Amino acid sequence: MRDDRIPVDLLVVGAGPAGLAAAIAARKAGVTSLVVLEREDEQGGILNQCIHNGFGLHRFREELTGPEYAQRDIDEAQALELDIRTGTTVLDITPDKLVTAVSRERGIQVFEAKAVILAMGCRERPRGALAIPGSRPAGVFSAGTAQKLVNMAGYMPGKRVVILGSGDIGLIMARRMALQGAQVLACVELMPYSSGLNRNIVQCLQDYDIPLLLSHTVVDIHGRERLSGVTVAAVGEDRQPLPGTEKYLACDTLLLSVGLIPENELSLSAGVQLSPATQGPVVNNLFETNIKGVFACGNVLHVHDLVDYVSRESAQAGQAAADYLLGARPCFLRSRVCDGQGVRGTVPQLLDIPCEQTPETVELMFRPDRVYQNHHVTVRTPEEVLLSQRRMIFTPGEMAEVKLGPAMLEQARGKTITVEITKEKQA
Amino acid sequence: MYDIVIIGAGVTGCAVAYRLGQYAGRVAVIDQAHDVSAGASKANSGIVHAGYDAKAGTQKARLNVKGALMMEEYCRPLGVPYVRSGAMVLGFHEEDRATLEALYHNGLANGVKGCRLIGREEVLSMEPRLNPQVLLALDVPASALVSPYELTLALADSAAENGVQFLLGTRVTQLAYQQGAWQLTTPGGVLTARAVINCAGGDAGRLHNQISTRQVHIIARRGQYYLLDHNKPALFTRTIFQAPTKMGKGVLVTPTTHGNLLLGPTAEDIDDCADTITTRDGLKNVLEKARLTFPGVSLRRVITTFSGNRAHEAGGDFIIGAVEGAPEGAFEAIGIESPGLSAAPAIGDELGDLAALFLNLPKKADYIAPTPLPKAFSAMDEDERRAAYQKDPDYGRIVCRCEQVTEAEVRRAIRRPVGATSLDGVKFRTRAGMGRCQSGFCSTRVMEILAEELGCELPGITKSGGKSWMLSGGIGKADQNAR
Repeated sequence: MRDDRIPVDLLVVGAGPAGLAAAIAARKAGVTSLVVLEREDEQGGILNQCIHNGFGLHRFREELTGPEYAQRDIDEAQALELDIRTGTTVLDITPDKLVTAVSRERGIQVFEAKAVILAMGCRERPRGALAIPGSRPAGVFSAGTAQKLVNMAGYMPGKRVVILGSGDIGLIMARRMALQGAQVLACVELMPYSSGLNRNIVQCLQDYDIPLLLSHTVVDIHGRERLSGVTVAAVGEDRQPLPGTEKYLACDTLLLSVGLIPENELSLSAGVQLSPATQGPVVNNLFETNIKGVFACGNVLHVHDLVDYVSRESAQAGQAAADYLLGARPCFLRSRVCDGQGVRGTVPQLLDIPCEQTPETVELMFRPDRVYQNHHVTVRTPEEVLLSQRRMIFTPGEMAEVKLGPAMLEQARGKTITVEITKEKQA
Repeated sequence: MYDIVIIGAGVTGCAVAYRLGQYAGRVAVIDQAHDVSAGASKANSGIVHAGYDAKAGTQKARLNVKGALMMEEYCRPLGVPYVRSGAMVLGFHEEDRATLEALYHNGLANGVKGCRLIGREEVLSMEPRLNPQVLLALDVPASALVSPYELTLALADSAAENGVQFLLGTRVTQLAYQQGAWQLTTPGGVLTARAVINCAGGDAGRLHNQISTRQVHIIARRGQYYLLDHNKPALFTRTIFQAPTKMGKGVLVTPTTHGNLLLGPTAEDIDDCADTITTRDGLKNVLEKARLTFPGVSLRRVITTFSGNRAHEAGGDFIIGAVEGAPEGAFEAIGIESPGLSAAPAIGDELGDLAALFLNLPKKADYIAPTPLPKAFSAMDEDERRAAYQKDPDYGRIVCRCEQVTEAEVRRAIRRPVGATSLDGVKFRTRAGMGRCQSGFCSTRVMEILAEELGCELPGITKSGGKSWMLSGGIGKADQNAR
């Protein structure tokens, strides 16, 4: 071992809402040797560019802007005197938890960590990943990049805008661009439903008379130097464009809000196993990955709709990392959680249910694969139904959750658990 | 009055300029694009073909084999990525055997060394991810990979360091020989030169036909590609071709020098050489054919799609040398489609020498040898990174997270002899924005650095020069910079 390695008990990668909540919880649980690394110059992550309100309704019972929400955690972290190093990019994490980082102030640093919390967040799916045909001019931006340009740099990316995808950032940016005087021609969504929150469809599109074209997509991009227009077409049930429905929209800007991808390149370098459904790590109910002492939380684990839930999940991960560092773990039996009919990407994928003590309630989070009205979420083992609860609506735009109490967990200990959406209540 | 004006700043034009940098003379490269390597040189397969494919006896065959043999040593002093990867041509049916044997013998006739026909087992042991239905393959160990745009940019830098001027964003509308000199008409005025070298790719036919009694006919042949994210370990180590059949030429699956995977190209004859769109059908076609080679290809790994247009001359061969049927002092490289990249070192040296000899230009006494491109931060080990940071703390600042490009590298890209002036310019010089997020995170930072280095406001920054503006104007205080 080289003598320039920096020993640390807990290293948190990312000082967005996930990393901050995790670090705060770990410190409160007694972890003193703790470093948080953040690549941006400011703490707070993507919240800093989310200057609209609507954050914190669940956690603080207040309606905050993104920066206000972030500031609460930043203040608490400061009060706890957390060692948060901004402008520091993590380059590599090994399975032995050697974490290499670089910053302008300190150069290359290699930390030898006993535990690591992955809180890198997610990135936007770019145009290239969709393989939208056409030319490749300036003027095609991911919605988050446009948001950064407008809200952080103070510049407009264009004046006549089409938005592809109705994810929340796209909806928020439709309103933001309209407020700033741009003409927002349409928000085009491939699916027959929006993947954004309902409140955003109302407040960001309907209130500004911006049409939402469901079951439509952009089939061609025009313009050599700057975007001059897009061709929009309706799609059939197979999501393939319907010939004859093409419509040309002259515009100088196309914003893409077509999905978020958990950013797990570092996780992969650490040997962390990913779930194809969430594209985030496979974790147990303590948010621990397959690599002992490596935890994951927030949007790097699975993409959330609300930051409030990111904070809550991450605090649990921080507590779990502290427990890992500070104490012995009780013996447990492992249960595997599977996505059943109608369900995608249930997290956690594994439940380590203690043998000799009462398990704590676990919340399973998942997304439905389409819209379901008046259906039931049913959780079962091969032998029995653990619960079957009726819900008014399931929509892919809103993460669903179901709680398993101690008694159910004891029933499920060591067994395969399936989460599914069923029309009828199961008994 | 220039001694020599080279028209076209692609790999051919820049290879000629690089050669002419060794001679004392007033030389310029002119291109309508706002950067070098903006056409087919940045949008091709990046393969140094061994030379088994081009028909024996053609210029293509001669220059391909010659250039390919030169390439490794050519790249070394420039610091350009070159990988001796090898290649395979796959046969899936018994009737492909004759095709592969013919390629083998054509390779022998062209002087390509090391080729052999191998059976399924050996093929699959060398490249385990290939379609197991493969029957046999031609193994081509002499095939290699080169980064085509990095090569072109490095050639341009060295030429510029030796006094070659680059006149970018300048279209030659008319080429004519008057009063004993070549006149190049541009929107900004007329340039004169004692000799011209037409390396204008898709536009070369137009210029040739303005000065020669013997007409040529350039057909733009579009090639569409998928680019996939890098994988560790690499999915394939070699370039994998498919044996041409009655159904067409097939597509290749190849790693790039940076470890990405490239699928393509299509071959579609189109009217406009500047039209580099991708199409739904074209991309579908690439994917279907690529799946024959690599059934496990995953679209989740796709970073981007793009297309480039090869300049195919109707006669099918390269036309290299003094322009036939034109006044003296005009030289050309026409129809430089594949294997034009492989042939570039040979074409550059031959055409450069030919023009210098015509003008009797002496070799320069104070020739500046090329400065090799520094190793990329992403490719450095820990000690190299520490050393780089010691010299320049801007190495401590990561601008592009996907490709781990530092601020030091972005600034250097802008300060190079032929420096970046746009986001794409930075991208092709540093890879910032070339990764999986496609500049979503780094574009604002790169724009800020560009504005600082170029001394302009943010709205002055473009994607690729010209009217490819990124911002329509400012908000509030920044509004005074509105477009």
